[in-house]
Amino acid sequence: MYDTGKIVAGLAVFVVLATSPLWYNALSAASPEAPELQQPTNGSTECVEAKDYMRANHMDLLDTWRDTVVREDVRTYTSELSGKDFTMSLSDTCLDCHSKKEQFCDACHTYSAVDPYCWDCHVIPEEGQ
Amino acid sequence: MKSSRRRFLKFAGLSAVGVAGSTAVATRTRASEEHEPPVTEGKRLALVIDLRKFSKDDALLAKITAACHDAHNVPDFVDDPKNEVKWIWTEDFETAFHEQEFHYIREDLKGKATLLLCNHCDNPPCTRVCPTQATWKRASDGVVMMDWHRCIGCRYCVVACPYGSRSFNWKDPRKAPNLATINNTYPTRMRGVVEKCTFCDERLARGQQPACVEACDNGELVFGDLNDPGSEVRQLLSERLSIRRKPGLGTQPEVYYIVEDPRTLQETAPAAEVFEGEGGHA
Repeated sequence: MYDTGKIVAGLAVFVVLATSPLWYNALSAASPEAPELQQPTNGSTECVEAKDYMRANHMDLLDTWRDTVVREDVRTYTSELSGKDFTMSLSDTCLDCHSKKEQFCDACHTYSAVDPYCWDCHVIPEEGQ
Repeated sequence: MKSSRRRFLKFAGLSAVGVAGSTAVATRTRASEEHEPPVTEGKRLALVIDLRKFSKDDALLAKITAACHDAHNVPDFVDDPKNEVKWIWTEDFETAFHEQEFHYIREDLKGKATLLLCNHCDNPPCTRVCPTQATWKRASDGVVMMDWHRCIGCRYCVVACPYGSRSFNWKDPRKAPNLATINNTYPTRMRGVVEKCTFCDERLARGQQPACVEACDNGELVFGDLNDPGSEVRQLLSERLSIRRKPGLGTQPEVYYIVEDPRTLQETAPAAEVFEGEGGHA
């Protein structure tokens, strides 16, 4: 093989560059801590569904709530966890416990770089009147 | 028999007439079916506006409009007609019913401020043109609903509505001066979304009357179920002369205007007590 040295060196540089994001993350101490979420401020101890389910599927649940309320005019949700009834409302029911959006919704959403558009229309109670 | 060109042409001609005739009959039948009043499964909510009870330029009109617009965070870009958003508004009587071509109009109706809003038609043209089903007629009570999550802002419905009941948010509604303080019991809309009156579906769900009706003390607006023969709206419509906007279009609007002479209010004093509501009319 001609120019073995150059080729191997070039390959080495390529591999290092291509994998640099992985190295960077592994070596940098600045990898952010998992966000601390605000605990319910009104003393409530249970969510509409189990904590793990909510963590993974709250977006689907909210989508279903949205369609059920607006399109089917059904406004009460019965928890599969506790059998209790909840009013399907983002501003009223969810934010009743998780009262600070920046410390609850935004904490995770910023961490995972997602940008839901709920609040373009829906009102954060404390920001209203 | 020998087949000839003459015989073939006769046969073809007869067949053509037959086919055309049967298609015409079929179309006729379908058209007449469409003219049946569409039946909703449950209620048929309607609003009756008793023009007899409004004075010519009533402060109550502003109160009603404010009640609706405050309850629903309707943006008000003052003095900017291009960006106007309205759920309920007023127009001169003659303008509101321009197709009637009034000549020598009764003095009390001339230039009378008349409340206008979404007519929640039985046969709404707006829902038919929506490409995303963001607006539809609710089968349970006939309310023409909006799903602002789903509206893509194409404005077909704005064009289709013959009553001008739909407004488009050209600007971010939250930038409107009046939404500096938002009523936090109701969402706002975002830029690029069409909005209109929904007969206060959120209040109906709680068993309340629409905000405009609640703003009235003396039964100026009466709201109820037309499918219920005993309802106030049915009673009013069967006893009084009412008109609707642009009836010739076949949209079957469900907002009715009582246009009788205000002096008829005295005639029916006992009956009037019934729809005076719990307002405690002396």
